[in-house]
Amino acid sequence: MAGTSLKTVTYHVRRFEPGKDAEPRWEDHRVEVTPGMTVLDGLWKVKELFAPTLAWRSSCRMGICGSCGMLINGRPRLACNTQIEELKSDVVAVGPLPNFAIIKDLVPDLYSMFDTHRDLMPFLLRDDTKEQEAPTGEYWQTPHELEHYLQFSYCIKCGCCMAGCPTVATDPEYAGPMPLAQAHRYDSDSRDGGFAKRREVLSGGRGPWRCHFAGECSRVCPKGVDPAKAIQLMKQDLVFDMLRLRTRKPGSKVVEAPHGKRKDDIPAAPTRTA
Amino acid sequence: MESRAHPNRLGIWGWIGGGRWGFERYLYSLHRVTGLGLLLYFLLHIFVTAFRVLGRDPQQSWAQAMNLVGGPFFKFGEYLVFAAFAFHAVNGIRLGMLELGFAVGRPIEPVYPYATSVGRQRPLALAVMLVAAVIALWGGYSFILGN
Amino acid sequence: MRDRTLWTWHLFAGLVILVFLGLHMVIMHLDATLHVGNPFPGGAVDWANVAARMKSMFFAITYVVLLGAALFHGLYGFRNVLFELNPGGGLRRLVDAGFTLVGLALFVFGAWVALAAPGVAMRMGG
Repeated sequence: MAGTSLKTVTYHVRRFEPGKDAEPRWEDHRVEVTPGMTVLDGLWKVKELFAPTLAWRSSCRMGICGSCGMLINGRPRLACNTQIEELKSDVVAVGPLPNFAIIKDLVPDLYSMFDTHRDLMPFLLRDDTKEQEAPTGEYWQTPHELEHYLQFSYCIKCGCCMAGCPTVATDPEYAGPMPLAQAHRYDSDSRDGGFAKRREVLSGGRGPWRCHFAGECSRVCPKGVDPAKAIQLMKQDLVFDMLRLRTRKPGSKVVEAPHGKRKDDIPAAPTRTA
Repeated sequence: MESRAHPNRLGIWGWIGGGRWGFERYLYSLHRVTGLGLLLYFLLHIFVTAFRVLGRDPQQSWAQAMNLVGGPFFKFGEYLVFAAFAFHAVNGIRLGMLELGFAVGRPIEPVYPYATSVGRQRPLALAVMLVAAVIALWGGYSFILGN
Repeated sequence: MRDRTLWTWHLFAGLVILVFLGLHMVIMHLDATLHVGNPFPGGAVDWANVAARMKSMFFAITYVVLLGAALFHGLYGFRNVLFELNPGGGLRRLVDAGFTLVGLALFVFGAWVALAAPGVAMRMGG
């Protein structure tokens, strides 16, 4: 990074080396800050100059891959999305995301979250398997229907919401904000017909009933997905379904190819290769 | 898949926070604390109020029971129960509305800075605290007048 | 989806409690300012006022309704708090069974008190 040095901060980094440490410990390193420097940039400096064995996950460095979720000055954030200047502190305390087991240093074990996510079937569930395997057209969806789930589809699975949730802090059975919000993303997709199947998986302690709207998940989400909103809307759907107050439409139809004779000056579509 | 990595759950500390969580998270913690306090009082209350029908002379039994719980410590505890009820009831109305999907808003296109359901219900949360405080103060005034 | 049903009843019980416990709080603790439900001079817990309410079928019935709603709402809430602390399977079954038994026992006892009250008040002639 080019630019004049603004100040020097202390990176207070949580270390844990499996096989060497019984418990996590803290290390301090002084890092010069230049304008526009992110916490991730600072971590690279620490690794380059002071702690070559420091481990973390990062990839895109632009807030879209969801790899670099960490606990930065007490809040779950993306390291690449957090400017050191915005922390307004001379100490940058970096730890792994809470509520996930630590594999090494700043690397959380996200398998539990991904396993739960997979169990909630985060894909379109429909009866027309033949159409899904050999599609003949698109599924019909209006822009209004798209609005019902678009916000929740922006999730990058970074795990920050899980780190903020008070129920996830004590209860490993609870699915957590990310899997639940993603289940609702598909339940509210007009192309989907899997509400009944997901309802079975959502019964018991896994489901949205252990959410009590602490709201932390939505506060810390770096993409504005608002999982808290998704979970409350999911509860509404489930309760209204129980009270028979709302009928669910089956998954939307396939848009058929247009019928009729083509005008002479319009060329035919290219033939399918797959 | 079970994790063999080092455990890192916040536990009960995740319920209480540490000064860096949001306002609604503290409302969640307070709702739990007041609920448990009200439950404890209520279970004892069922037995104390039963004295009005017990014994050969229920009026005497009742007087004895009220004597037992008449001291200043108990009176103050009763006021705390009233204040806890004021908060738990009003916050409960807020939670009932939110958790049934009302007042959280519709799904929107997220444009930075993000407008979340937490921000949208913030006026409701503040109104809850205000109404609960007014009821608690009114109760306190009534307590002092009555005693 | 048993949890869904219990959760919905929890909310409904909360509404019932809001109305009836709200009334109870007004009578018992806001008497100095609102003067509701206490026909005789003196405090809400003075025998004259207690006996007046004991004689009333309205209070007898609403106390039973409030008792049931509050026991369910409170014990279900407490059960949630305990279950979120991740107890083992055996402990969960014990809590479920124990809370159901305790809740039913307290309901039977409290309902008996509320429904016996009119008879006792008449007998006392208060």
